[in-house]
Amino acid sequence: MTAAAAAEPAQSLAQPLVHAVNVTKSFHHNEVLKGIDLDVDRGQVVCLLGPSGSGKTTFLRCVNQLETIDGGRIWVDGELMGYADRDGKLYRLKNKEIAAQRREIGMVFQRFNLFPHMTALQNIIEAPTQVRGESRKSARERAMKLLDRVGLADRCNAYPAQLSGGQQQRIAIARALAMQPKLMLFDEPTSALDPELVGEVLAVMRELALDGMTMIVVTHEMSFAREVADTVVFMDAGVVVEAGPPKDVISNPQHSRTQAFLSRLRSEHEHP
Amino acid sequence: MTVSDAVVEKRRGLSPRQRAQRSRGIQYAVLIVIVVVAAFTANWGQIASVFFKPEFVKSAFTSGLPGAFLKTIEYTAGAFVIGLLGGTLLALMRLSRVAPYRWFATAYIEFFRGLPAIVVFVAFSLLPLAFADLVIPLDPYGTVWLALGIVAAAYMAEVIRAGIQAVPKGQIEAARSLGMPAGVATRKIVLPQAFRIVLPPLANDLILLVKDSSLVFIIGTSAAAYELTGFGRDLANTESNLTPLVTAGFCYLVITLPLGLLVRWLEAKAARAH
Repeated sequence: MTAAAAAEPAQSLAQPLVHAVNVTKSFHHNEVLKGIDLDVDRGQVVCLLGPSGSGKTTFLRCVNQLETIDGGRIWVDGELMGYADRDGKLYRLKNKEIAAQRREIGMVFQRFNLFPHMTALQNIIEAPTQVRGESRKSARERAMKLLDRVGLADRCNAYPAQLSGGQQQRIAIARALAMQPKLMLFDEPTSALDPELVGEVLAVMRELALDGMTMIVVTHEMSFAREVADTVVFMDAGVVVEAGPPKDVISNPQHSRTQAFLSRLRSEHEHP
Repeated sequence: MTVSDAVVEKRRGLSPRQRAQRSRGIQYAVLIVIVVVAAFTANWGQIASVFFKPEFVKSAFTSGLPGAFLKTIEYTAGAFVIGLLGGTLLALMRLSRVAPYRWFATAYIEFFRGLPAIVVFVAFSLLPLAFADLVIPLDPYGTVWLALGIVAAAYMAEVIRAGIQAVPKGQIEAARSLGMPAGVATRKIVLPQAFRIVLPPLANDLILLVKDSSLVFIIGTSAAAYELTGFGRDLANTESNLTPLVTAGFCYLVITLPLGLLVRWLEAKAARAH
């Protein structure tokens, strides 16, 4: 643990892994996040639901500083993301320090974003060898284990263009896991997939959750949220409308906006 | 086809296909007339002996054409390397967040793209006069590579900049999300993909560079340093016959035509990948 983290008084395992307070973010005078509070405990899976434009993806990107926040604070494992707090004043961290913070957080994108000029295996070992200075041999060994875990050990030498969407996304998950992150962020990981390929990606994510990985998942897959999530957060127009266990929020929503969203999703599902 | 269509067709007399046939017929007729007139009026014997005299082709090969051919390739290759490195640096500067870097790169690119390359070569030929103790290493290569490379860098910078900007944003975000610092992301993720994108236009720049290497004689190199044009010109002068120059010209085609095929192949490959 770093000296800065030790100096903060309340750093214990009882603290949530992710602690977001009053996070705000605007794009060109358009307020996308209007004060988001969110805690995620270690080993928890949180699913963010909500209509498009509700700010779910933006919030996810704020957690690992792909977007800078305008107000509020986000801590991950006791570390304030993107800033140094000196006597209550915030100072933006150097890019190198932010990069170091991001190493602890894996991210999976809607469009996979695998590196097209590298094989599956190279995609996975690139960051551990370049960023962590791990030897190629040990990175390779771990990568092969991860490929085995996502069921693609036999495709280790394939280039992304030679893989199906579902396979690419599973490689992308393995790539993120290769950095041994404390937290995994999933940004609509199955939205760009053909329907028959969704299952294989959700299966990998389900297993990851069972292994105790802390996950924040932006998704429209209700059955996944119902089965796997510990907490479901419903967002609309930049605020958290309602949050709680899936059996409450999905099966018995209290807020009219949640009810409207879920019934719209259900009818789309039945009559696509 | 309706009745009224048929009437219109009849009134104009010719169908589109018939008109196309007639137009083609006229073009062939004109061509035949030109060929016949040329065949009877031109002094073919003289033309052949001035431009294509076999003994001068032979003497060109024995008196140093292969060496000049090699020099052209060496000059081009070295300048291409300088252009590529300089162009990459300029492209990165042009996209830098530090404004003075952007200004410098923009000024450099606009200046050398707007200038006839020959002006740069004349300047290099005058440099030793202006700076008496100036020594550019690797004579004559150093001077040639620098003169050609300085101009090539400006052209390549724009090509490479376009390539960098064509790399999808998601690639940079993926690299950042893995904790890669900006330098590593640029080196390992962005540039390799950018170069793949700009391979066809870069090969095109290489063809231009092969031809621009002919400007080297302006710098005033010694006979031993002659590339194809310098060699052909010199020999044509002493022999009072254009055959050596024509031979040198064909040597350029030996280089540029395969490169042209390479460009087309790369473009087709890039088109398939999308």
